[in-house]
Amino acid sequence: MASDHPILQLDHLDTLWFQIAGTLCNLRCNHCFISCSPENRALSMMTFDQFLPHLQEAAQLGVKEFYFTGGEPFANSDLLKILEATLQVGPATVLTNATLFSSQLVKELACMRDASIYSLELRVSMDGFSAETNDPIRGPGTFKRIMRGIKLLLDGGFLPIITAMRSWPIEQDEAQLAGFKTSLAEIGYRFPRIKLLPALKIGQEARRDHGYSEHDYITKSMMVGYDSNQLICSSSRIVSARGVHVCPILVDQPDSLLGQRLSSAKQSFELRYQACMTCYQYGALCSNASSAAVNLERMTLSRPGPR
Amino acid sequence: MQRIALFGGVYSNYLALEALLKDARARGLQCLYCLGDLGAFGPWPDRVCQILRETEIPVVQGNYDNSVGNRLADCQCGYTDPRDNYFAKQSYDYTFRHTSSENKNWLRKLPREIRIQVGPYRVLLCHGSPRKMNEFLWETTTSDAFLNWLFEKHDADIIVGTHTGLHWHREPSPGKHFINCGAIGRPPNDGQTTVVYTIISADNAENAGNACRLKVDFIRLAYDHERLAAEMASEGLPEEFIETIRTGWWTTCNEILPAKERARGNY
Repeated sequence: MASDHPILQLDHLDTLWFQIAGTLCNLRCNHCFISCSPENRALSMMTFDQFLPHLQEAAQLGVKEFYFTGGEPFANSDLLKILEATLQVGPATVLTNATLFSSQLVKELACMRDASIYSLELRVSMDGFSAETNDPIRGPGTFKRIMRGIKLLLDGGFLPIITAMRSWPIEQDEAQLAGFKTSLAEIGYRFPRIKLLPALKIGQEARRDHGYSEHDYITKSMMVGYDSNQLICSSSRIVSARGVHVCPILVDQPDSLLGQRLSSAKQSFELRYQACMTCYQYGALCSNASSAAVNLERMTLSRPGPR
Repeated sequence: MQRIALFGGVYSNYLALEALLKDARARGLQCLYCLGDLGAFGPWPDRVCQILRETEIPVVQGNYDNSVGNRLADCQCGYTDPRDNYFAKQSYDYTFRHTSSENKNWLRKLPREIRIQVGPYRVLLCHGSPRKMNEFLWETTTSDAFLNWLFEKHDADIIVGTHTGLHWHREPSPGKHFINCGAIGRPPNDGQTTVVYTIISADNAENAGNACRLKVDFIRLAYDHERLAAEMASEGLPEEFIETIRTGWWTTCNEILPAKERARGNY
């Protein structure tokens, strides 16, 4: 029987991600969709020498911007060298838990930022506006450490994008945002940039809350009249120590690996994963744009069926 | 020497448009092009349409013009933040209600791009980017590599856009220029009340040898912004929009800004 999953072409490689810290992280958050931890070596850290050829190829292909994730990118001792090289080619965004910052490190980042014509964005993950709400997800004592990291960034002239997974019902967004704003104002962040993310119900998160329902799949008919630019695999790829994968969300799925070089990883991709559904519903999930706008109409488009 | 004036992001600011026409005349400029987004923050959108139609200035269609012209439900501005979208909707609903059917039909038929020759340069005028009307090409998040790809893909030496409302110019490789001509509808978030349009100058093709250089000048344009603010207030437009006109600082649409552009603003 022919598959009912749509197949998506890569329009142009606008955005290139690097799984720069692999699945290694100093924290072990219980919502992590690729289950990163200090012991998870499923994907290893990338060295500068592994990274550089991809950056050079990206420049030839006309890549617009670069993102770095993990794991915790600042646990990678080559990261500063990697960022310095990147900022000569294009803008860079680093997704971090902000627990490994020192004033010296932030100073070095600020110098790098000021020397480049491009933006250096730091996206800080924080999953509650208090220790009571954040620590059960990110680990004991992490709220305090994250706030200290954010304060160091503010002192260095950065305006970090605070990223939180929506672990509350969507109707509570406004109250939650107000809570984040109050906590951040206390450390001097007057007009905080906040991005709310939907839960990706895979990895640890499937165990923390619940996984996808068996009906959560994108079908061909759901693509009619849908702006496929909302799906990151239409304009992006991610490089890990293993090669080039289709997207950051599926990076540890065995058949997400498309090739060893960017030029050999441009093939179209069948949207057969349940996590594709979250990308479909929320759109622009991984980009820096603030709070993912929720299109409630799309919420009702999944195939009907018992949950 | 060939000189042309480029402007966009008019946002119903008919007073700035009148000031621009006067300023361009005083500078002896005869070729003017508008890069779209005629409506938005300001009052009485038909006034801008009327001026542009009477003067027969060529206009590229912006996302706002496409939305109003095609009677769409929103402005397709591309914001993702709930507060930004709230204000975008206020602005769009007002503009939609106050644009005549005849002007809507005119907006619908505007071209998505205009190509002209300036000296030796093949110039492509668009609203956001040549590939997407509402693409944000910010100065600090658009790589040289990407711009070079656009020049090649779209057979152009100069690409001009306006969508972000913040002016900038870069020559990512010799003889290739990307220009954001700025917006005349609201100031560029730098605490000044003046707005921005662009003049580009180049030698005529027959005189232009290797020595030909493109000159790009961003013009700061003063207009009666207090009058605009008062008229916006009389129309019941949001106080936040009026504050931007009076102070030169953006109060909305900030969440879409990249780090460096955001750090230059007040909010």
